[in-house]
Amino acid sequence: MLALIAGVALLPLALANNYHYEIAILVGLNAIVCVGLNLLIGYAGQISLGHAGFFGIGAYGSAILTARYGWPPLAALVAASAAAAALAFAVGRPILRLRGHYLAMATLGLGIIISIVVATEDRYTGGPDGMSVPPLALAGFTLAGERAWYWLVGALLVATVWLSLNLIESPVGRALRALHGSEVAAEVSGIDSARHKLLAFALSAAIAALAGALTAHYAGFITPGKVTFLHSIELVVMVVFGGMASTFGAVVGAAVLTALPQLLTVFKEYEMVVFGSVMMLTMIFMPRGLVPTIAALAARRRKAP
Amino acid sequence: MSLLRAEGLSKEFGGVRAIDALDFEIQPGAVFSIIGPNGAGKTTLLNILTGIYRPSAGRLWLDDRLLAARAPHEFAAAGIGRTFQNLQIFFNMSALENVMAGRHLHERCTLAAALLRAPRLVRAERACRSRAAELLAFVGLDAYERSAADALPYGALKRLEIARALAAEPRLLLLDEPAAGLNPSEIREIDGLIQRISGLGITVVLVEHNMKLVMGVSQRVLVLDYGRKLAEGNTETVRNNPRVIEAYLGAGEH
Amino acid sequence: MSAQLAQFLLSGLTVGAIYALVALGFCIIYNASHVINFAQGEFVMIGGMAAASFLGAGLPLPLAALAAVALAALIGMALVKFAVEPARGASVVTLIIITIGAAILLRGLASIVWDKRIHALPAFSGEQPIEIAGATLAPQSLWVIGVTALIVAALWWFFNRTLTGKAILAVSHNRLAAQLMGISVRRVLLVSFGLSAALGALAGILIAPITFTSWDVGVMLGLKGFAAAILGGMGSGPGAVLGGLTLGLLESLGAGYISSAYKDAIAFIIILVVLVLMPGGLLGGRATERV
Repeated sequence: MLALIAGVALLPLALANNYHYEIAILVGLNAIVCVGLNLLIGYAGQISLGHAGFFGIGAYGSAILTARYGWPPLAALVAASAAAAALAFAVGRPILRLRGHYLAMATLGLGIIISIVVATEDRYTGGPDGMSVPPLALAGFTLAGERAWYWLVGALLVATVWLSLNLIESPVGRALRALHGSEVAAEVSGIDSARHKLLAFALSAAIAALAGALTAHYAGFITPGKVTFLHSIELVVMVVFGGMASTFGAVVGAAVLTALPQLLTVFKEYEMVVFGSVMMLTMIFMPRGLVPTIAALAARRRKAP
Repeated sequence: MSLLRAEGLSKEFGGVRAIDALDFEIQPGAVFSIIGPNGAGKTTLLNILTGIYRPSAGRLWLDDRLLAARAPHEFAAAGIGRTFQNLQIFFNMSALENVMAGRHLHERCTLAAALLRAPRLVRAERACRSRAAELLAFVGLDAYERSAADALPYGALKRLEIARALAAEPRLLLLDEPAAGLNPSEIREIDGLIQRISGLGITVVLVEHNMKLVMGVSQRVLVLDYGRKLAEGNTETVRNNPRVIEAYLGAGEH
Repeated sequence: MSAQLAQFLLSGLTVGAIYALVALGFCIIYNASHVINFAQGEFVMIGGMAAASFLGAGLPLPLAALAAVALAALIGMALVKFAVEPARGASVVTLIIITIGAAILLRGLASIVWDKRIHALPAFSGEQPIEIAGATLAPQSLWVIGVTALIVAALWWFFNRTLTGKAILAVSHNRLAAQLMGISVRRVLLVSFGLSAALGALAGILIAPITFTSWDVGVMLGLKGFAAAILGGMGSGPGAVLGGLTLGLLESLGAGYISSAYKDAIAFIIILVVLVLMPGGLLGGRATERV
């Protein structure tokens, strides 16, 4: 935890220009989504291939409420996140009874339905062309500039990680891990597994929506690209790449996989080839993900000096 | 007054009757054993008693009140705990956390309290941790308090499941073959453990193949064969029942 | 039956047949390895793109198609040899991520080796439409439906009548027991990935004259194939065919009668409803947990 705070506090020393800040902000926003998603995938063991949909509800919800209905951004942001949580709650009840690949399909379908709605309802969303989003403002003060955004996102990331760590070490978090370990044993221990899955689903949806709304206000523009199936997959890949059931793994995964494509632009047309190869090689040689593998290595070295 | 009463309990799987119109009563404080050959329906019965299977017919009473629970977690909340024949450990957690998870029913906390690590929760967690450590010691696993569950040997995992089930403070504890796969000295420890659990006032239902263990600890024995009651009584009656000897004990012990 | 309805049914069957082929690919790999191969759609892309480029290089169409299928099969086998085999023992999610990485890699390679333009194959036997019950049908649709029917029959024969096919089924039921019976799991994996890739490529070649092809068509076709496989019940061959045809018909009818913009959404809503009512898919068995 301290390492994360220090990292967020000291990183600006290494950030030379606004472009670097921009990448750092995007990393932070994705990391927030991944920390939430990791509660669902890593801890509760329930896959979701549709979280870009919730991200999109946050982004477009907040964008539409501010741009089209003149809501204050903060209220719009909260309302959009609440809406995502409510949808997750309503849809999660029936679909979280599904297991494994069937749950993957159901969440994927949900995400795709949301993305189709976003792309089609162009009266509200601007369709495939996207829409512009007013900046984040509170009581007349407008949040502008890469540095201000950096500190806001950094603080939110630290807060999200702190809340997530608290949750994992609480009876609720134990219940989530327990139903991942053995759902039947969790049930006979008195854990309402359906309720806890739903909780993790709705919570991760709300967090994704919050990050989505912030992304929209930060960028000032939002397109359906962020709501697609591919973005859902990217989010899951970040979680697994960093290490499932590791909160810091989720942060590291988001950081590497957000920053890597930016670095890879130097490879121009080889970008996808390199990106795909890195993904494959990492998962082949570190199947448990980056952070748990490195942690295990470090522990072994400490044991055998 | 009986603690648990079953009337006309049946369970069918695609036309096959795994449990067939079973009646029995379990008195509080007793060690009640269920024996029978493989496929007699013992585990199916435990699955019904913990809500994992819904019976095709029949009713259950707990304290002479109709058991209205539907999901397994509601059976647990009603005071029924169990262990599993093939281990169902939370291998993604430490041994201590497994037992702490078992205390879930006594550790209600709101989402907000969990997220914010409320002071009350911190105190409750400390109490939960020490209670879990006591239970690990009670089953003889104090040495493994800090171990990851997947680092424990098989015999220890069997006892870890018992500790986890005890953590919920059940009134009725169902043990599904707790001695299976254990060596004689480990079985003696399980024998002693069952007696100590019974000594705490917890009613124990024991499903077990090891006759020495069953005959040593039980007050009452129910013999199942093809899902039906073959015999019921104290160990002496069951041991001398000619139908039991013919169907079951005869082949095994003589 | 109105001509309009007949038209929707025919185009639904055509696209459904393609989904069925892709779904069969998912299903074969899933049975052999319990991996959901998210690179499956890329084989469809490789089939269409490779056939178009071989054709452009002067090969006659049948030969170009054959070469494209062979190329995809080789890539499928390379995938299992260099990516799935080395990661043996990794969790299912990890394996899925590896196949996603492979999909991105293949897509990237395709955009370099070929280009990012849209390509078409000529229809196999002319463009003269055929009239059925008042609806018009492109001859290529007959090719799609006919070849799919042939493939389904051939696969049935392969899995029920040949030793290799039975070996694959044995591995899917019980890997250890199959191994003890002397079946080489490695060979089974190789054959299944090769076969699935070939099926995908064939689908890509069949559909290319109708919908065209480009370096990025694999994403959506892979997704639809996965949806079809799940709809039918993952791992069930007849389920994959039924799921594919159902999905194709739903899309076509949804687009025709409700809204063309929402045709995919309608299909997915129905899949959601089916899954909620039948958690194992249309033909999937109800798995009971043994404790």
